[in-house]
Amino acid sequence: MKKGIGVSSGICIGKVLIKQDKFEIDKKNINNIDYEISRLDVAIQDTKKQIENLRKIAKEKIGEEESKIFEAHLLILEDPEIIKQTKERIKNKKKNAEWALTEITNNYVDMFKNIDNEYLKERSADLLDVSNRIIKNLMGITSFDFSSIKEPVILVSHDLTPSDTAQISKDKVLGFVTEIGGKTSHTAIMARSLEVPAIVGAENILSNVRNKDVLIIDGEKGQYIINPSDELIRQYKMKEEKYNQYRKELLSLIGEKSVSKDEIEVELTCNIGSPKDLDSVLKNDGEGIGLYRSEFIYIDRNSLPTEDEQFEAYKIVAKKMNGKPVIIRTLDIGGDKNLSYLEFPKEENPFLGYRAIRLCLDKKEIFKTQLRALLRASCFGNIKIMFPMISSIGELRLAKELLNDAKVELLNKKIPFDDKLEVGMMIEVPAAALISDLFAKEVDFFSIGTNDLIQYTTAVDRTNQNISKLYTPFHPALLRLIKTIIENGHKEGIRVGMCGEVASNQKLVPILLGMGLDEFSMSPISILPVRRIIRSISKKDMQYHIKKIINLSMAEEVEQYINQNLDY
Amino acid sequence: MRTKKVILMNESGLHARPASVFVNEANKFKSDISIIKEDKECNGKSIINLLSLGAAKGDCITIKTVGEDEEQALEGLVKLIENGFGE
Repeated sequence: MKKGIGVSSGICIGKVLIKQDKFEIDKKNINNIDYEISRLDVAIQDTKKQIENLRKIAKEKIGEEESKIFEAHLLILEDPEIIKQTKERIKNKKKNAEWALTEITNNYVDMFKNIDNEYLKERSADLLDVSNRIIKNLMGITSFDFSSIKEPVILVSHDLTPSDTAQISKDKVLGFVTEIGGKTSHTAIMARSLEVPAIVGAENILSNVRNKDVLIIDGEKGQYIINPSDELIRQYKMKEEKYNQYRKELLSLIGEKSVSKDEIEVELTCNIGSPKDLDSVLKNDGEGIGLYRSEFIYIDRNSLPTEDEQFEAYKIVAKKMNGKPVIIRTLDIGGDKNLSYLEFPKEENPFLGYRAIRLCLDKKEIFKTQLRALLRASCFGNIKIMFPMISSIGELRLAKELLNDAKVELLNKKIPFDDKLEVGMMIEVPAAALISDLFAKEVDFFSIGTNDLIQYTTAVDRTNQNISKLYTPFHPALLRLIKTIIENGHKEGIRVGMCGEVASNQKLVPILLGMGLDEFSMSPISILPVRRIIRSISKKDMQYHIKKIINLSMAEEVEQYINQNLDY
Repeated sequence: MRTKKVILMNESGLHARPASVFVNEANKFKSDISIIKEDKECNGKSIINLLSLGAAKGDCITIKTVGEDEEQALEGLVKLIENGFGE
């Protein structure tokens, strides 16, 4: 059994099909320059036909959005500078077209590599993709033809390019394994949206498999087995069956309520980073947005976003969610997340430093621009505003005051907004948790941010590998804090939600239900598994277990108790 | 030959999505089109060239058109920039 990084869950067993994309480019001297240039022209024409064809197929079989990548490729293919420079290189150096094109391409790729811009990185990948296609045509290598796949296969490759994944359809590919890539690589994202199991970072797999070898992949654990024994195949077939059964059960929960056996209904909402994530929210039946991270509007650019730009980004989400709640968190930047166009002081302890609401209350104009955009968007749906990193009542009051100022500015300009929009805060600092009884009198809702709450409560930097064992959601101190926050919120009649990893931790969901959590916000993919758990337990039973758990003294004991008594 | 200086007012300047919008517009004309920023000149019909120019918001660039439809080309491209690429 070998291991890579599992990036898309599921198990599949099938025959290997290798997509070989490595080829050697020779540097050759040539005599007939005109002939070499005409070879290049012919190859470009051939490539153009291929890409146009791919665009057509992608549009029909996969979707409009996926086909757009090929429009970008056509623009690059016909780039007059690339063509001109390649021809000059052929002429001046008297070298073959393959070599000349590679040189020119690499020049640009190297240049783009040094610029910190997501867009340029993507175009770099596109340029390489197009250039390789032309070179293959020059060398007479046929590009891998996805339409020739007859029976479903497991695709194994060094890497997959955007144009590869745009051609992959679910009925032909059972899963894929690549040698390079990470959790957020293009391949990983594509695999999850196709819902096929996938492993990336499977080092050297190409030297260990051949076409038609049998392969088992477990996309959850990131494990794969080449040519397994009959016994292993039997075992994994059972696992596959079980997993598919589980998936089926989950899918049957779409449209169902998130309600416990004793009729306690909770809200299962999603964490999103940009409007792009909405498809996944709707597909997984998210009941609202529990955390819309507004940072994405601010990053990957050279200047602050304008009020109008922000307004559009918030409006689109509010409209698409069609009346369901959309909680938008105001700018949470600083600490480890900086913006290239804003100056940040160098800090000894960035997580305890100038970040989130602290920065916003200092740079009031930036904050008010966002608040005005949020208010304006509130007419288009059920928007709620949430402030991050609040640690004192004074901060909350100042933030609310600035929100009021923004309202007055809009009123004076006769710009409409929803005056009743709810204002809440994240509870992620222990100080706020401990005086949550006081905070509850001044906001409409709480959302517990467990990632930071664990880090601050246990004094464990969650990015420090050396102490990663100390970072645990089962720490009794954390569970007691959560219980306190929920009770304090309920005493004042406000709703209490949670938007950290803990809200979708399958072992802790029952406990949270027992404590009375009203809203669980998580990544869209977790909605149905959590709904399944909620529907199979009763709050009353959980309250019984909480009485025992709350008196345990160690995280290990808590986890053990849950494993033994609360396995759903 | 015709030229005009313009200031990029759209948020992402000329080194992201707007670059392809610009090239698509430039391709509609027969004239040669170039963009000049400081001492660098690049081909306005080349997406890769344009991206490598690194023209950001607030930068002053010169558009130069040469050819039979140079007047219409200049007008069309200036309009595109002044409208902020519809961003």
